[in-house]
Amino acid sequence: MLGLIGKKLGMTQVFAEDGRQLPVTVVAAGPCPVVQKKTKETDGYNALQLGFQKTKPHRIAKSVRVDQEKKGVGPFKYLREFRTDAAGEFEVGHQFTVGSFKPGDIVDVIGTSKGRGFQGVIKRHGKHGGPASHGSDFHRRTGSIGMRTWPARVFKNTRLPGHMGVDRVTIQNIEVVGVRPEDNVLLLKGGLPGAKNGLLIVVNRADGFEKRPELKGAVKEKAEAKPEPAVEAQSETPADTPEQK
Amino acid sequence: MNLVEKIANEGLRKDIPEFRTGDTVRVHAIIKEGDKERTQAFEGIVIKKHRGGKSSSFTVRKMSYGVGVERVFPLHSPLVDHIDVVTRGKVRRSRLYYLRELSGKAARVREQAYEETAEAAGESAATA
Repeated sequence: MLGLIGKKLGMTQVFAEDGRQLPVTVVAAGPCPVVQKKTKETDGYNALQLGFQKTKPHRIAKSVRVDQEKKGVGPFKYLREFRTDAAGEFEVGHQFTVGSFKPGDIVDVIGTSKGRGFQGVIKRHGKHGGPASHGSDFHRRTGSIGMRTWPARVFKNTRLPGHMGVDRVTIQNIEVVGVRPEDNVLLLKGGLPGAKNGLLIVVNRADGFEKRPELKGAVKEKAEAKPEPAVEAQSETPADTPEQK
Repeated sequence: MNLVEKIANEGLRKDIPEFRTGDTVRVHAIIKEGDKERTQAFEGIVIKKHRGGKSSSFTVRKMSYGVGVERVFPLHSPLVDHIDVVTRGKVRRSRLYYLRELSGKAARVREQAYEETAEAAGESAATA
């Protein structure tokens, strides 16, 4: 499981080649360098910690900052871990970009949904409520929440009013419609959780994804690809260009 | 927001002639049958224009063998090959839904009268 950290920019439409209009969410994703490599031997599991969105050094905790300074990356506002057995194949500082995605890829997106505040049972759980008129005194209320002297309590997980939104939401099987390496932008089909500028994690769980040469920094149609995309890969992003419609 | 707008404006077509509701247009639409492609003309009155950036569309209505047919075309669709403006119509509203209730010649025809400004200006400039 590998992917990128990104930011939701907004939605628009794009014409597919066959003339269909596709709703599309524009996501600014990456470039995300590897900040820390976790391996089974040292940490008990394999993972890569990626950074996203540079920030001012004084805005992050000193322990984190110094660690990143030593490694020559960052300082990053966001750090997220990706569990992957391919962790050993990448070095700290190696940069993942949008270029490793292709149009047609199926990805999962994780985000935080918009907050709705304290909501009733109709909006929050989709209950039906009562009749609006004909003398009804029962409109949008919860209704019965249990039985009688047995069990004399409300069961756990009974659907009641309460806080709604600001949940971690995963949306699976989203199609990549477009990739713009020049802007570090992905176009993903349909809506995504959260507000504009919300943090998103785009994950490609496909088997072949972790083996793609583009992930390792190989650049299509460019002979002088960087021989070793090692520690100083900070500045240049691979100008890898999967063809755009 | 800039990037979103940029992407939204990328596919906008500039080769579409200017036309208004009430105009009669002939839309040459690309139709794909299997792996063959051909264009099909659809001629009728524009009864509605929806302005929405890239999602702009317009509705063309025509009578086909006594049956009213309306087709909605996305203005910027790659499936619209080109549009010919046949006549300019003079109408007093932007949505000509009232045409749906009308049939026959008298009720349905609308005065197409004089040329619209853009074309008239172009012509007078040409003759001058």
